[in-house]
Amino acid sequence: MSAGPPPAFELVDVRHRYGARTVLSIPRLWIPHGETFGIVGPSGAGKSTLLRILQGLEPPSEGAILVDGAPMPHPVPLALARRITTVFQRPLMLDRSVRDNVLFGLRVRGRKDRAPAGPLLERLGLDHLASTRARQLSGGEIQRVALARAMAIEPEVLLLDEPAANLDPANVARVEAFIRDAQSRGTTIVLVTHNTHEARRLAHRTLLLIEGAVVETGPTAAFFESPTEPRTRAFLAGELVY
Amino acid sequence: MFGVPVGAAVGLTRFPGRRLVTLVLYTGMGLPPVVVGLVVYMLLSRGGPFGSMNWLFTPSAMVVAQTIIAFPLVAALTMSAVEGVDPELRLQVRALGATRWQTGWTILREARIGLTAAIVAAFGGIISEVGAVMLVGGNIEGQTRVLTTAIVLSTRQGEFALAMALGIVLLLLALGANAALLQLQGRTR
Repeated sequence: MSAGPPPAFELVDVRHRYGARTVLSIPRLWIPHGETFGIVGPSGAGKSTLLRILQGLEPPSEGAILVDGAPMPHPVPLALARRITTVFQRPLMLDRSVRDNVLFGLRVRGRKDRAPAGPLLERLGLDHLASTRARQLSGGEIQRVALARAMAIEPEVLLLDEPAANLDPANVARVEAFIRDAQSRGTTIVLVTHNTHEARRLAHRTLLLIEGAVVETGPTAAFFESPTEPRTRAFLAGELVY
Repeated sequence: MFGVPVGAAVGLTRFPGRRLVTLVLYTGMGLPPVVVGLVVYMLLSRGGPFGSMNWLFTPSAMVVAQTIIAFPLVAALTMSAVEGVDPELRLQVRALGATRWQTGWTILREARIGLTAAIVAAFGGIISEVGAVMLVGGNIEGQTRVLTTAIVLSTRQGEFALAMALGIVLLLLALGANAALLQLQGRTR
């Protein structure tokens, strides 16, 4: 890595195990500030586990996660935890209104204003549902509320786990426009997706993770147009890789 | 007052001996009230360790006995209600920047239906309880006589109409308290 400001995240010899099973093994990886880093791979590759580790929800079994060059302590200090947020693959709503769900992250930070919810919901086509109980929404609507809920707190780092899965094309476009806004504000984004097209459209760099190991990583254009690893080519071609 | 925080703490945390605490709470749900009354009586009687407090045959002794009866019920049902909330929600709440306390409070709020059930069950248990309050309160008119002990006394004296009337008042009180709790629960939904 060249000299310069420390990256948002740097992973050094990270291994993570559940019992005897190693689910993640990443010798070295860094994600600079302001970058959108795409992670693709089949189900069970360890993508969501990696996001949980980056969010600080669980420490890696081995190795270090550096944030801005400093090791991430566990438990993660509140000030650091509040710079990062995740939109989970299966977002869960609190049993309150859509608006209150969107404002939750602000409420826990002591902010009482309701104003930020309106524009966020409007951009995601959910403004008419602001007073609806969030648990009455469809899966696609919940996914969009979860994104609005994360964006309301204007995180420095946004971890997205399949943010556009199960959405129709119009809503995929809305969500991707939303993500581009965050990119333009300099938000560091880690985007986990099954959808290689989505990674191609949004990510600056892309990584292929299979069975917890990095197969290939590089600038998105090169990753998709001239992959060097046979398994990357096979994955991108939609062939069964294992 | 005691049962909800303890039940929430046991439900939300993992610590050595948690299974034992859970076992004790579940067992406590089946505590015979009259045995609780007997133990409290012995503790508060003149020769007992807390005899100097002079609480025996006072409302304070009745409160102590009823608290002991209600505590495991409220704590165990609160614990179950909290454990019934999807554990993934806790992670998602934390990922939105909630502190540990804010996370706990949020999960407790999500479990409010179960929490109401815990309070209703405990209230129903203690309002209709007679053995323990009779033992430690002594059923002294104007001081420690409550509806249940008054019903027992009236029945023994053959005043069935009065006993029945008191029984109806007791039922109406239970109905009113539960309706108020349900209303409160509905308002927070």
